[in-house]
Amino acid sequence: MRFLRAVRGNGKATTGAILLAIFVVLALFPGLFAHDDPTATIYPRNLGASAAHLLGTSGLGQDTFAQAVYGTRQVLLISFGAGLLATLIAAVIGVAAAYLGGFADGALNLITDVVLVIPLFPLLIVISAYVHNSGTAVLIAVLTLTGWSYTARQLRSQALSLRNRDFLAAAKVRGERAWYVIAVEILPTMVSLLVAAFLTNALYAVLFASSLQFIGLGDPNSTSWGTMLYWAQNNEALQAGYYLQAVVPGAAIALLGAAVALLNYAVDEIGNPALRPVRSRRQRTRQLRRLGRA
Amino acid sequence: MRFVLRRAGFFLLTLWAAVTLNFFLPRMMPGNPAIAMMAKFRGRISGQELRTLETIFGVNSGQSLPAQYVHYLGDIATGKWGTSLFFFPSPVSQVVRTAIFWTLGLVGITTILAFVLGTGVGIVSAWRRGGLVDSFAPPLLVIASAIPYFWVGMMFILIFGVRLQWLPWSGGAAITSTPGWSLDYIVNVLEHALLPALALLITTIGTWTLTMRNNMVTTLAEDYVRMARAKGLRSSRIMLDYAARNAILPNLTGFAMSLGFIVGGAILIEYVFNYPGVGYMLLQAVENEDYPLMQALFLLITVAVLVAILLADIATAIFDPRTRSAQ
Repeated sequence: MRFLRAVRGNGKATTGAILLAIFVVLALFPGLFAHDDPTATIYPRNLGASAAHLLGTSGLGQDTFAQAVYGTRQVLLISFGAGLLATLIAAVIGVAAAYLGGFADGALNLITDVVLVIPLFPLLIVISAYVHNSGTAVLIAVLTLTGWSYTARQLRSQALSLRNRDFLAAAKVRGERAWYVIAVEILPTMVSLLVAAFLTNALYAVLFASSLQFIGLGDPNSTSWGTMLYWAQNNEALQAGYYLQAVVPGAAIALLGAAVALLNYAVDEIGNPALRPVRSRRQRTRQLRRLGRA
Repeated sequence: MRFVLRRAGFFLLTLWAAVTLNFFLPRMMPGNPAIAMMAKFRGRISGQELRTLETIFGVNSGQSLPAQYVHYLGDIATGKWGTSLFFFPSPVSQVVRTAIFWTLGLVGITTILAFVLGTGVGIVSAWRRGGLVDSFAPPLLVIASAIPYFWVGMMFILIFGVRLQWLPWSGGAAITSTPGWSLDYIVNVLEHALLPALALLITTIGTWTLTMRNNMVTTLAEDYVRMARAKGLRSSRIMLDYAARNAILPNLTGFAMSLGFIVGGAILIEYVFNYPGVGYMLLQAVENEDYPLMQALFLLITVAVLVAILLADIATAIFDPRTRSAQ
């Protein structure tokens, strides 16, 4: 509730939340907005925008608008799926390392650091090159396994700062198990950090998944924005003047990315009061006056 | 000293992890990609090349997995990276050497520019908090960093290349111009680098601005800044020598690390612009199933990052005594 109120009071957060909500609706009910079948290759190829085809058609004769609308679902699935799973793994590993301490901490920390410094995108390319035509599930798995380390590190240092708090000592005295303490006592104190981490991971998942699909390492028959870009590039759409084929999916990725980034920027401001926008003197007097009236 | 040893140990461990990944990845995959590929190349390549492939994939070698592994580690350590299958018969090391030259030029210079400009904007927007720069630059740059940078590149090709025809958008230099230190050639190379560099710059500048701004907002509230104001120092001095100087450390560490990401950091930009650097080569290798080249490039990219991190750690330890005791 407090979070919702904070989102509403922050212009950037509101913009991001509304954009994201629109994408979620598109992903849930694509049929309401686009009437053409996104996979049917039945139209004339490389059409420009018209009333029948709002955003033209692709090089294979599909309706670009329908593709963009139906493509939302896979992109959101991958970004929410990989974002959620990576954050979850990070939370378990990071907090466990901090809470258990000693040898477990050393070992988990070392694994985290190693995963952290191996360059992510080249690794993703190498893995996808061996897998061939990764579908949704494979992309989520790969992005999760390579993407958790940064968050784990952040959460570990946050959990370390909590280690000597009284409520944890109390839980220990009560004789609670380690997993209970981690899940019920520690994690709820880090909600804002977890939300920020989830948003960052989701953003990276969108960008990385689209990039992999763009270079042809995804499933070329799936309906998603990255795949649309892949076909546009294959079709030499830019050079041939079929701009919409490349502009539409890229703009969609950029909009979704911007929505997530804006939300994240706002979460930063909500979590760290020092970063909040400073009010001008006029706004401040207005607020004081309002308070005085109440 | 102990600190340096620890970091060096971590360096070796990570390097080993990367090599091990290279070794096990093709072996873990369902429907062994090697067998399909070996069948494709049989008859077209010499016995020695076939053996390189066999070492990489561990097919037909009759060795146990641990023995193959030891053999593989030995080959990597002694620089036997094999022969590129696509750029046959060039050895992998030679292909890598030409590619790295292009990448260092394009991405290296862009990374430095992005750091300098981004940090500068960050300083100004923290100093004039809520001012014109601060209201527009950080949010815009945040949005820009959420746009896939390869798509920015594509839009640049569309606008400045195809429509306006101002600049070339494919390759490192025109095929017609002869390489050398002639003015023509240098101008030609610069023209080809301009669009990819701009696309990279726009999408990478934001992170520098944001961290610098947020750090400087914190240092501006410190007592020593208030003290400097009370002393009546010139405001440019307070801004740069007091506030910015203390806020820049995280950005400097980040910069040292990003130097490592130069080698593998702009793969898609190179792909979109057909720029003949490391990233373009990596994708070529993937597309042509040139696994020896692909593995070597992945290792090279990893090593670059590791070296940069090692240097960044040591530099931070020298510049910031607090980190030494924290270890």
